[in-house]
Amino acid sequence: MSEHVQPFPKLKSLSRREMLRRFAAAVVVAGNCTFSPEAARHVHEMARQSRSQAGDYAPKFFKSHEFATLQRLTELIIPADERSGSARQAGAPEFIDLLCSQNDELADIYTGGLLWLAREARREYGDAFLALDEANQVALLELLAAEVRRLDALEEAERTAVWGENTNFGGFSNYRSVPAGRLGPGARFFAWLRRMTVDAFYTSQTGIADLDYRGNKALAEYAVPVEVLEYVRNRGAGQ
Amino acid sequence: MANLQSEPKKYDVVVIGSGAGGGTSVRVLTDKGIECALIEAGPMLDPYSEFKEHQWPYQVDHRGAEAGGKAYFGKGKPFGYFSTTSGGWELDGEPYTVGDGSQFQWFRSRILGGRTNHYGRMSFRFADYDFKPYDKDGLGFNWPISYDDISPYYDKAEAFIGVTGSMEGIRSAPDGVFQPPPPPKAHELLIKRACDGLGIPCIPNRRAVITKPLNGRAPCHYCGHCNRGCLTASAYSSSQVEILPALEKGNLTIYANSMAREILTDESGKVIGVSYIDKESRQEKQIHCRVLVLAASACESSRLLLNSKSPRFPNGLANGSGLVGRFLMDTVGFSMRGYVPALEGLPRYNTDGFGGAHLYMPWWLFDDARLDFPRGYHIEIGGGYGLPGVGFAGSTLERHGSFGQTLKEQIRKEYGCFVYFAGRGEMIPNNLSYCEIDPEVVDQWGIPVLRFHFKWSDYEWKQARHMEKTFAGIIEAMGGTVQNPPRPGDRGISVGGEIIHEVGTVRMGDSPKASVLNAYNRAHEVPNLFVVDGGCFVGNPDKNPTLTINALAWRAADYLAEEMRKGNV
Repeated sequence: MSEHVQPFPKLKSLSRREMLRRFAAAVVVAGNCTFSPEAARHVHEMARQSRSQAGDYAPKFFKSHEFATLQRLTELIIPADERSGSARQAGAPEFIDLLCSQNDELADIYTGGLLWLAREARREYGDAFLALDEANQVALLELLAAEVRRLDALEEAERTAVWGENTNFGGFSNYRSVPAGRLGPGARFFAWLRRMTVDAFYTSQTGIADLDYRGNKALAEYAVPVEVLEYVRNRGAGQ
Repeated sequence: MANLQSEPKKYDVVVIGSGAGGGTSVRVLTDKGIECALIEAGPMLDPYSEFKEHQWPYQVDHRGAEAGGKAYFGKGKPFGYFSTTSGGWELDGEPYTVGDGSQFQWFRSRILGGRTNHYGRMSFRFADYDFKPYDKDGLGFNWPISYDDISPYYDKAEAFIGVTGSMEGIRSAPDGVFQPPPPPKAHELLIKRACDGLGIPCIPNRRAVITKPLNGRAPCHYCGHCNRGCLTASAYSSSQVEILPALEKGNLTIYANSMAREILTDESGKVIGVSYIDKESRQEKQIHCRVLVLAASACESSRLLLNSKSPRFPNGLANGSGLVGRFLMDTVGFSMRGYVPALEGLPRYNTDGFGGAHLYMPWWLFDDARLDFPRGYHIEIGGGYGLPGVGFAGSTLERHGSFGQTLKEQIRKEYGCFVYFAGRGEMIPNNLSYCEIDPEVVDQWGIPVLRFHFKWSDYEWKQARHMEKTFAGIIEAMGGTVQNPPRPGDRGISVGGEIIHEVGTVRMGDSPKASVLNAYNRAHEVPNLFVVDGGCFVGNPDKNPTLTINALAWRAADYLAEEMRKGNV
């Protein structure tokens, strides 16, 4: 865990607004450039209060079998390893469930995608996705990831690195459709699922710690560490 | 906040709009004991409830994607959920139209302080040659003022709002009154090294963020969240640095949620007041004044003038020249992203800094006769280990299209290895770019809306192509690869209005036939009317406009106060 999530005294009775007020007041009082670390603590305590990931989450939108599949999918996309937990542990299924409960268009993408996946799993392996062993689950997702890559590459190949004439007035460039294969609907679903799973993971405390992000804190002055400058000295242009 | 008195008092000065121009006006004028009223179309600003500074993405259940994942459908806030942007290119109930064959996007903020609450705070002086561009290449128009006229006000503005920088002696980027700049970050040092080899100057950035205490404002605490609004006002905003302090001192009354509708004149053609829509009651009301200062933003000021017709001004107030609305300009924008393997092994550190790049590149080829386009651009840069948000690691997903443990490791490896370049260039004013009143459409307040016409010329297009080659050259010199090579079907240049530097349309000049305002931002035809927003711009040099708006508004306010003292207004 990076240092910004070190424990601070609990200040739960304070509203966010009050904490911000105190923070601003403390910094202004410290205006003659002696910065008060106390000021920052209020902010960081506030910052630590993440929503809880209760074990007995009741999905707002998904049926229980859908949610179970979603949980599995998110941990296949960002699995746990020795450094950090999985997207499932970081709240990705709950994040997707919340947004689907608020948006029918998004909900359709997920319900349609999950049913497409269920059918494909039976067709290919003769069983429900959750019942497949890990190797087959991964193989199925790899098919979809490959289809996304194929469509992206086709898209790319239609363009060349040469400008046409001034296309200013041709309207905004749209993502042109390229011929999709049988896996097209699954690929579209997978692209959404991966995008939102990655977002949910890396915006969680777990994901931010995985990246070792060191910022979003109040500093008295800004300096680049010596070892960083040392690295820059040794890695020049063209290396 | 609406004043409901049936016989409105007469203020010395009414100011419409609370951005850089309006904020500077009310501060300077009220400091001199002149009683002002400020009309703002949006609500009052309460930084404590409005600003999302320091929040982590996991503190909101949607993580920044907004309710129902609006951000995924291109319907989120223009600069993300956490930005303090109160407005955008589309406002509910306040449409505008665009003429056939044109593309234009009009950004409007509706809150006390306007766009200064979230803007990039790049603060560059115009160069001496920027005021006399026609003399240089026969294009565009000369300003009625010179660098020497505005220079003392750049000094004042920089000293007051606080701008970082260093003394460099570069003609395209005149030095000023600077706060110490923060030190460059690692990726910026690598960019600078590449630029040194290419002959491109790379110097400490000039931003309206203080690094030393100033007038009771605490110095920057380097959280990097300037665009979320700065609770300590270490980053300049007209709301926190000028208007709210002026309100405390007295002499200022604020009419919030008040949408100016029309400027009222008497038979002699002088302004007597403003009619506005009180948004809460949806009723039209009036406020009276001795002098009116328009600072509603370039196009909004044009709209007000064009909507203020009278027998004496049948084409709109102060529009005998027919130039109100004409010669609309934005900044030329083009950007590129590169992947730099040399950054892969960099030790982790906090790259937030003071909320923007710590270095930038001023225009360096102003004497180069070989260029196939006039004028020039500066380069803004990005990179580092940013706070993850919705859309994070999109570049890595694009590069590999993977998932699972592989993806997790790729993201770790590539985090912080991307660098970004954005060119910001000068547009030559042209007569195909303008705004006018749409004869058929009104907004929800019953006010006729603007119709925009906008066209880039080959000058801007070729400049954008020069940016493209330059950025690719820098990325390659760093040993990196361009990640988003330009392709047919892309635009290759920003859409008009996209860079949010729309200026002109109420330009200043020496001749009443060829300009709307005189050299002190005073309407040639209406002695008690001033326009102090970007509308007064005669050209749009590559320097971001806000600092020049601050300086010109201050200069106009000094002049106005003196004219009032002399009884000339």
